[in-house]
Amino acid sequence: MSLTYLEAIREAQARALRDDPRVFIYGQDVGVFGGAHKATKNLAKEFPGRVLDSPISEDAIMGLAVGAAIEGMRPIVEMQFADFSTVGFNQIVNQAATLFWRTNVPCPVTVRLPFGGTSGSGPFHSQCMETVYAHYPGLIVLTPATVEDAYSMLLEAVAINDPVIFCEHKFLYYHLKAEKLPSEALPVGKARIAREGRDMTIVAYSAMVHEALEAAKELAPEGWEVEVVDLRSVKPIDTDTVMASVARTGRLLCVGEAWPWGGVTAEIIARVVSEGYGLLDAPPQRLNAKDTPVPYHPNLWMAHRPTHHAITAAARNLLRK
Amino acid sequence: MLQSVLEPSTAENATLFHETYLAAYRFMLTARLLDDKFAALGRSGRIHGGVFLGRGQEALSAAAGVLLKPGDVFAPLIRDAAGRLAFGETILDAARTYLGSARGPMRGRDGNVHRGRPQEGYLPMISHLGAMISVVNGILFARRFKKISGTIGVASVGDGATSTGAFHEALNQAAVEKLPLVLIVANNQYAYSTPVSRQFACHDLADKAAGYGVEADSVDGTDLNACLETIGRAMTRARAGHGPQLVVATLLRLCGHGEHDPADYVDPKLKNSSLGRDCLKVAEEFLLDRKRLDVAQRGTIREEIIREIEAAIAQAQREPAPDPFSEEWRAIATKHLSETHEES
Repeated sequence: MSLTYLEAIREAQARALRDDPRVFIYGQDVGVFGGAHKATKNLAKEFPGRVLDSPISEDAIMGLAVGAAIEGMRPIVEMQFADFSTVGFNQIVNQAATLFWRTNVPCPVTVRLPFGGTSGSGPFHSQCMETVYAHYPGLIVLTPATVEDAYSMLLEAVAINDPVIFCEHKFLYYHLKAEKLPSEALPVGKARIAREGRDMTIVAYSAMVHEALEAAKELAPEGWEVEVVDLRSVKPIDTDTVMASVARTGRLLCVGEAWPWGGVTAEIIARVVSEGYGLLDAPPQRLNAKDTPVPYHPNLWMAHRPTHHAITAAARNLLRK
Repeated sequence: MLQSVLEPSTAENATLFHETYLAAYRFMLTARLLDDKFAALGRSGRIHGGVFLGRGQEALSAAAGVLLKPGDVFAPLIRDAAGRLAFGETILDAARTYLGSARGPMRGRDGNVHRGRPQEGYLPMISHLGAMISVVNGILFARRFKKISGTIGVASVGDGATSTGAFHEALNQAAVEKLPLVLIVANNQYAYSTPVSRQFACHDLADKAAGYGVEADSVDGTDLNACLETIGRAMTRARAGHGPQLVVATLLRLCGHGEHDPADYVDPKLKNSSLGRDCLKVAEEFLLDRKRLDVAQRGTIREEIIREIEAAIAQAQREPAPDPFSEEWRAIATKHLSETHEES
């Protein structure tokens, strides 16, 4: 039996629905249709009345989820694409994210965001939204990079008493497969050393972890041992693991699929420079997408986001410094 | 609390009606006196930030609050001091929030009208108009899951909020889900400085109901009797499973958007029309006419309320303000997931 990243997400939701009567799924096309990405396939049938179709109303979808959470439920909201969550942005950042701080009443909502680029998807079906959500206090932002993490972190997201923005990468949906579901996992909040190294640290998250691992493989025959850190969550960031890695290697390259202004890569570098300046043997570097909307044409799309080629080039540059 | 207030057909109904009317009037008067007090404190610099009054809206608001039952949900807005009190808010909660006491329900983290107790069905507003309606929807939706029946939710909005996407999405959602929502629109003719002629183009906000597939009622917001009757009917229908009810009340805002706003833009013709009458005076005249109240009793009630208010204000003013150095600067419930790196 092997399962894809997408199937792991479906299995996690099935388990959540089965184990906890307070859980329900709400979003566009999630019911009988099984969701635009098929993440909820068969769940409406298996759990009648718990997987419900919403109108095209991301604001009201989120507001309803907050109300249901106040009443003790544990809603899972599926935004059809991360890009559309901006229509519900107000309810996410000003309602869900402030409820606990203002009232001491927790808001256990999980918002699933199918995010990240796939070829041909264009500007409005490709965005990475983790930066804007991580910026707001009151949210937890998860970016699983593996099939196992997609499963265990979604389960943990539902169990967490705070609003969780669960960024599931669309490119990884069918691309990644695993033998079986995990029986144990790193907890949310801990980063993972995806590849041990000595000469340089690449910090990445989600789909970029795989690009970074590919780059590390390319550099190995040249004698470079590159350590790859998979952040797993971008809010909170496991700064300790990142710092320990930089302590070992002295060189840092951060890779993110999001746009260059600010973002996870800037945040990592800011922390490492301010708290671990002495650990660095060279200026820290970062690689992001180009500062334009995500293009449609594959020629343009392939140049827009970091790939393992771009990472290898940036890494060689950093190793030479 | 009275569920449906029609012209009393029995002596028992008549008594209940009069008791409800008197109770609502008392909440209206309390709200007015409390608002006056906050205005005075604001003018003398004792309140930090905005002061927002509900002058002119007391009848509509008190009617909603007094007819709601324990276990119902209420999402009041800016001008609902009367409804909040009628729904069970204490004067002390209001005083503590306005005066920045650390012991208030918001603990200084939010202020003035942004207050509530969510787990008691009393939702604290966020400033984005229209946003609270879908939250009420969510509570009602969850109760259905939990097989809790018989409760309703009231969301209060103004004419301005009806222009928001949030209003549209939430009313549509409530209609699709056939939720027991009573959406009360206080059309007080102005959204801050914006007159209704610049806010919407339809003839009557109640006409929107047809577009959503819901029932609507219009009511004279200056007439407590009519408000009790209309809101009572809408609540009965909602509780009976008829789906969302839209109630559109017509009145005039008798204060600025906030106390910082002199509201010179209000059309004097409106002020002098029947729309501009003071619902508190109307209710007093109604009670005096029907000999449910005499002038002496009115004076006594007023003095009692003033004493209550002054006691609450005095207490709140003596209480400590929040201390930034003992404050836990954490916005999530899950302690171990809050960021551990130090900020400068």
